[in-house]
Amino acid sequence: MEIQHLVKMANQIGDFFAPYPDRGEVIRSIATHLRNAWEPRMRRQIIEYVNRSGGPDLKPAVRDAVLTLEVRSAQSGDAPGDD
Amino acid sequence: MQSISDKDFGTPPQASSRMVELEIDGKPVSVPAGTSIMRAAAMLGVGVPKLCATDALAAYGSCRLCLIEIEGRKGYPASCTTPVEPGMKVSTQTPRLADLRRNVMELYISDHPLDCLTCPANGNCELQDMAGVVGLRQVRYGYGGANHLDSPRDESNPYFTFDPSKCIVCARCVRACEEVQGTFALTIDGRGFGSVISPGQNGPFMESECVSCGACVQACPTATLMEKSVIEKGQAEHSIVTTCGYCGVGCSFKAEMKGNEVVRMVPNKDGMPNHGHSCVKGRFAWGYATHPDRILKPLVRDHIEDSWREASWEEAIARAAAGFKRVQQKYGRGAVGGITSSRCTNEETYLVQKLMRAALGTNNVDTCARVCHSPTGYGLKTAFGTSAGTQDFDSVLKADVIMVIGANPTEGHPVFASIMKRRLRQGAQLIVADPRRIDLVKSPHIAAAYHLPVRPGGNVALINAMAHTVVTEGLVNDDFVRERCEAADYELWKNFIVQPHNSPEAVAEIIGVPAHDIRAAARLYACGGNAVIYYGLGVTEHSQGSTMVLGMANLAMATGNLGREGVGVNPLRGQNNVQGSCDMGSFPHELTGYRHISDPTVRASFETEWGVTLDPEPGLRIPNMFDAALDGSFKALYVEGEDIAQSDPNSTHVIAALRALEFVVVQDIFMNETAKYAHVFLPGSSFLEKNGTFTNSERRISMVRKVMPPMAGKEDWEITAALSNALGYPMEYTHPREIMDEIARLTPSFAGVSYEKLERVGSVQWPCNDAAPLGTPVMHVGQFVRGKGKFTLTEFVPTDERTGPRYPLLLTTGRVLTQYNVGTQTRRTANVVWHNEDRLEIHRHDAEQRGIRDGDWVSVSSRAGSITLRALITDRVAPGVVYTTFHHPETGTNVVTTENSDWATNCPEYKVTAVQVMPLPAGRVPRERVDPVRAHAPAAK
Repeated sequence: MEIQHLVKMANQIGDFFAPYPDRGEVIRSIATHLRNAWEPRMRRQIIEYVNRSGGPDLKPAVRDAVLTLEVRSAQSGDAPGDD
Repeated sequence: MQSISDKDFGTPPQASSRMVELEIDGKPVSVPAGTSIMRAAAMLGVGVPKLCATDALAAYGSCRLCLIEIEGRKGYPASCTTPVEPGMKVSTQTPRLADLRRNVMELYISDHPLDCLTCPANGNCELQDMAGVVGLRQVRYGYGGANHLDSPRDESNPYFTFDPSKCIVCARCVRACEEVQGTFALTIDGRGFGSVISPGQNGPFMESECVSCGACVQACPTATLMEKSVIEKGQAEHSIVTTCGYCGVGCSFKAEMKGNEVVRMVPNKDGMPNHGHSCVKGRFAWGYATHPDRILKPLVRDHIEDSWREASWEEAIARAAAGFKRVQQKYGRGAVGGITSSRCTNEETYLVQKLMRAALGTNNVDTCARVCHSPTGYGLKTAFGTSAGTQDFDSVLKADVIMVIGANPTEGHPVFASIMKRRLRQGAQLIVADPRRIDLVKSPHIAAAYHLPVRPGGNVALINAMAHTVVTEGLVNDDFVRERCEAADYELWKNFIVQPHNSPEAVAEIIGVPAHDIRAAARLYACGGNAVIYYGLGVTEHSQGSTMVLGMANLAMATGNLGREGVGVNPLRGQNNVQGSCDMGSFPHELTGYRHISDPTVRASFETEWGVTLDPEPGLRIPNMFDAALDGSFKALYVEGEDIAQSDPNSTHVIAALRALEFVVVQDIFMNETAKYAHVFLPGSSFLEKNGTFTNSERRISMVRKVMPPMAGKEDWEITAALSNALGYPMEYTHPREIMDEIARLTPSFAGVSYEKLERVGSVQWPCNDAAPLGTPVMHVGQFVRGKGKFTLTEFVPTDERTGPRYPLLLTTGRVLTQYNVGTQTRRTANVVWHNEDRLEIHRHDAEQRGIRDGDWVSVSSRAGSITLRALITDRVAPGVVYTTFHHPETGTNVVTTENSDWATNCPEYKVTAVQVMPLPAGRVPRERVDPVRAHAPAAK
């Protein structure tokens, strides 16, 4: 998927949680939302983006939230025939 | 004419708990105070002759046929207008009454054609029945005098005729239009013998304000107002109760049948959502079900450029299964997905998500609610604990203040709008927040106290400003907040909402609503008594759709407007089963009952029932599927009942994604736009051809009953089951009731639902379980489903979709009464006489600046694409805002909408698109209208 599209979506999530005063809570909320709503390949892409480039287009809290993510399943990356 | 199977009690029921005892024809009866003698008699099984009375309408007392005698009283009062009193002794049959009634009938018949044997109402005519009941044997006045027998027939309406020669001027049609529908299109013109029913200013029906709801036709006791289908086919011989296939009101209908042929659809008096009322779509626009365009054989092809070839069911199912297996073998499990429609039954959507999760091992399943009400699910679950509206429809009759936000009920949910209008005529106050001046703002006997013409994209700023007013002016219901809501969240929210940037004065200019109107509306909502919010896609289809749902929840909690009749926060769902399709685990992250796929306890219950291991990770949502198709990681799609090529935003993007797929299976009743990119077409069944259930906007689960065999041979659930079997995952259901039993076993909020119960009680509203065996009309009574209500911070974040020099206008979209969604059904009915093209509404200032005249062809361009359509100059929209519908594929409205979406759910931002509108050069025939098959090559982005 286009990384800029994912970045925009992630930043939108960050915008929603931004008014909360506790930065730790903001980061946890963003991460929880990404974990609950984003399919693993989307999460993997944005994690790779942050790991690769530092995530310059992500808002700081979003970038920090992405850094807390891990992808438990590798569904979209299944090897052919792995069903 | 009423349904052939309805009993008419003559006058409406009364709700009083005080019972009155009396005697009628020597038989004792006890009825609620306020009941008419006519109704009391009917409850005893005593039929008092009547013509102007019907239990759908208030008593009128004009026909003088229902006269009775009361012991100790002089005269012969009308039983319809005389209420019961304790100890009354009533006689309904005496020699004197018989004489009076016969004389009355004699007068009626002296001005009525004697063509009973060839009359279309023959066999279901109240006038005919009454002539028989009173023993009319002669008409002493003859027929040579002045009469109305040569009055011309009005055939202008495509669905019913108006034959004044048969009219007895009982005014049932006029009263139905007023009391039931609330349109006031009919009147009685003239006086005495010269009285005639007059649509509008004594013109034809089609030139009047009539909205063709059919209430007048249903009320008419003669053949004066008669369905053309009955005139053509004759009276039905049996009827079957089922549920409408159109909007989220979910009206109950009686399908009146001759064998397997529908003669007419009559709204069910016992139907809880509609109480015997209907709209033009459900009542009349059902002919699409047998339209010649129906695809009745499975079709297959190797490439989308190839022609279709008819195939057997066995071959088509085998090809579909082989295609999905091949793709998964090559690209992995996550390369396939499924999409269902909110027009599918609960059982169908449940089966498709089961097919995806259990048979194909992926959570890539979504439903079209993604692109309409997914923010409702997120917002209401977060605030209250469950993803649904809080009230039943009848609750509106207890409301004192009704706030309609981003919804147009008279067009989109017309039967509920009629109930709402009745309450407004009784004195409830109305607030409308909408960029357009919708009909509700001002219509007969209704005027909104406040119309807040919020600029598209400004909803959250508006609701925050209202909440700011409530808090800063001391209008919070402190007791409710203290007892019912999370204290820490409330304190946080309170500190947020009082900040100056949330004040009406700070946002007024941004959103185009005067600050004093925002404050006044907020005061009315907070202090006007029971206040209720109804909202539609004008709330959800924004980049802050979920935020707005949360904002409305905040406002309702702060003012204590939750947890009882007359209040609440209520989505008006666009399609018949939006609520149900969401309930059924159709979202990629949730199993039935809105339980997250990552919950190991919930997942374990499904794994035990289904005999598989489920993926704990959420799957792709519809827009994500398109993106993944274009990046090459998503390759195959099963689409049931949804035309994503036409209905989803940025059609160019969608079509490029469809073209990028290796394998597409479409299951539909028509060759829709999406099917043009499919490799297997599985012909589905209409709502008349299958069994199942729909769940409407008020969480009401109603039966859909098969009134005719499936034209293509299979009900849709059978097709999905066959596909699953071919994939090697057995689905051995013999009837949808077994699917519902499985849903009930797995879903706490459905634990008490069964076909047996639905057959017995008619319908139930979930939660339906041991705690509420007959369902739950009003939710969150006493406490919220989540325990304490949760306030959420709802910062206004302007959408990225902003106007500028290149795209200076904001386009918003919606629908009209007579068409439905992308028009697949309604365009194949006579409804096209009212709306045969999408028009662009544009304010005259914007039109004049561009040299656009009414009816001119214009181009509408956004950063996503360009379309052409004709202009309609109006002041319904404010300067700077344009509006159109998306009912016609030739328009391709969604070519210009963008893939901007809600932050929480990816619900597209259909309601805000920055556009430029320019006139096409004079005389130029529009040639660039979108043709999804030919116009767009891949690589849209």
